[in-house]
Amino acid sequence: MNRAARALLLLAAVPFTLGAAKPRLVPDVSQSRIEIQYSFTGAELLLFGAILYPGGRVPDEAADIAVVVKGPVQPLVIREKQKVAGIWMNVDSARFRSAPAFYAVASSRPLAKLVDERMAAIYELGVQNLQLSPGSGLAPEVQRRFETGLIELMQRKQLYSENPTGVQITGGVLYRARIRIPARVPVGNYTAETFLIKDGRVLAGAVRDVRVEKLGFERFVARAADRWSLAYGLVAVGLSLFLGWAAGAFFQRR
Amino acid sequence: MDVYLPIAGISVNALVIIALGGVVGLLTGMIGVGGGFLTTPILIFYGIPPAVAVASATTQITGTSVSGVLAHRRRRGVDYRMGSVIIAGGLVGALAGGGLFRLLQETGQIDTAIALLYVVLLGAIGLLMGKEAATALDIIKPRDGAAARKPRRHNPIIASLPMRWRFYQSGLYISPLAPLLLGFVGGMLTVLLGVGGGFIMVPAMIYLLGMSAQVVVGTSLLQILFVTAATTLIHATTTKSVDVVLAGLLLLGSVIGAQFGARLAQKAKPELLRMFLAIIILAVALRMAIGLGWRPDDIYTVQLL
Repeated sequence: MNRAARALLLLAAVPFTLGAAKPRLVPDVSQSRIEIQYSFTGAELLLFGAILYPGGRVPDEAADIAVVVKGPVQPLVIREKQKVAGIWMNVDSARFRSAPAFYAVASSRPLAKLVDERMAAIYELGVQNLQLSPGSGLAPEVQRRFETGLIELMQRKQLYSENPTGVQITGGVLYRARIRIPARVPVGNYTAETFLIKDGRVLAGAVRDVRVEKLGFERFVARAADRWSLAYGLVAVGLSLFLGWAAGAFFQRR
Repeated sequence: MDVYLPIAGISVNALVIIALGGVVGLLTGMIGVGGGFLTTPILIFYGIPPAVAVASATTQITGTSVSGVLAHRRRRGVDYRMGSVIIAGGLVGALAGGGLFRLLQETGQIDTAIALLYVVLLGAIGLLMGKEAATALDIIKPRDGAAARKPRRHNPIIASLPMRWRFYQSGLYISPLAPLLLGFVGGMLTVLLGVGGGFIMVPAMIYLLGMSAQVVVGTSLLQILFVTAATTLIHATTTKSVDVVLAGLLLLGSVIGAQFGARLAQKAKPELLRMFLAIIILAVALRMAIGLGWRPDDIYTVQLL
């Protein structure tokens, strides 16, 4: 699902929130920019905010919160290794047109208890509900196998994650969730979505944009490698020639 | 001390990378091999994407071969004429290798191809070198037949090639096609495996071409210098996977390690050094072979389009 469609969907949820007896959501994120610098080992994104109940009273059955941080979507090929003549090598493959580079969901209670499958699929809540847009016309069960493989692989790399108790709600009104962004995430536009859920329905939703970008020297290097690749290569060769020569000259004099 | 590698896209411990460069440099200085065959696999084991490991290791080898070339030049141990022919072959080989690299990457067989080539090449070289060193150290006795037969200086197939040139410093009068082809193979391996190819070139120059021993190492280093530099450029412009920070860290360790290695080499017995190298080569080959046959942790791999 693309960004515009999601925004529309969230907008569609707004009328519900305007109803007099519905609680409202005031969300925020700790930073709108994650900077990848020379000793970047990952970052922690804090999603927090308040639930405003009508009349300021917290009902006996409080609403739940789910937060989703999603990275830019990218087309990819996933390959499956099989044993051929004693060697494990890539045999089968499948394409996905748009798999998110990063996906993390945290909620105040396990997702299965918050929403049914249909709602989970609509709002892409949970790694099993990601819309990966298969790009190769494979049989559904084969496609399913690759999807499972992809999700498990991304989970092991900590690029996809689910935390069923990651959102803490204080006093029924203040919520906070920490989402860990590992070092190997790609740069791009990320979204931090917050959903207010009650009785299996999404009452309110809000999106904040988070930009992950390389800065300073790291950005310069990545950009140079991409845009001025020949000059970049020449500099790399020059650097190695110089270091090799310098060490030789230095040690000879001693 | 964590350092973020801008092209590889991950953070690594800078000291580990410098130490790895140092160990590889030590070997380079002691034995005269580029050490790429060690750097690339270890970087891959460490979690660097294979393409970045191959490309950046190539950049590092350029640096370590510089001081070697300069040292051999002072001793008149470089045959420039032979060197240029091999380099010409190497550049064509590097370009062809670049095309093959991309083809293998697209079909998803690059990792398997790299590992297989490593196992076959390192296994064969390691066994040959180990056997030779063990014979020299009197650990194993040479067979009577082998000792009696004097090795032929000129390979009959190479001698029959047309269009002979005179290579004075190598003491050869042979067709340039043979070193050209040798250079081609070396250049291809450089692109595919991130190795200088010295461990193939040196034996081939001695046993196949029959070059005189004084110029073999210097000429091989000259070829490595030019071909790895060209390969860095090819990787930088096609795969865009040269990580200058990673290469810089490796270089920092290896150029210093190489100087210490050169000093150590003067004190140690060359046969012992070769035995030592053979054991390392066989260990790397074995590790690679196990990696191929063992069920990998991840059956699935992802490649971005």
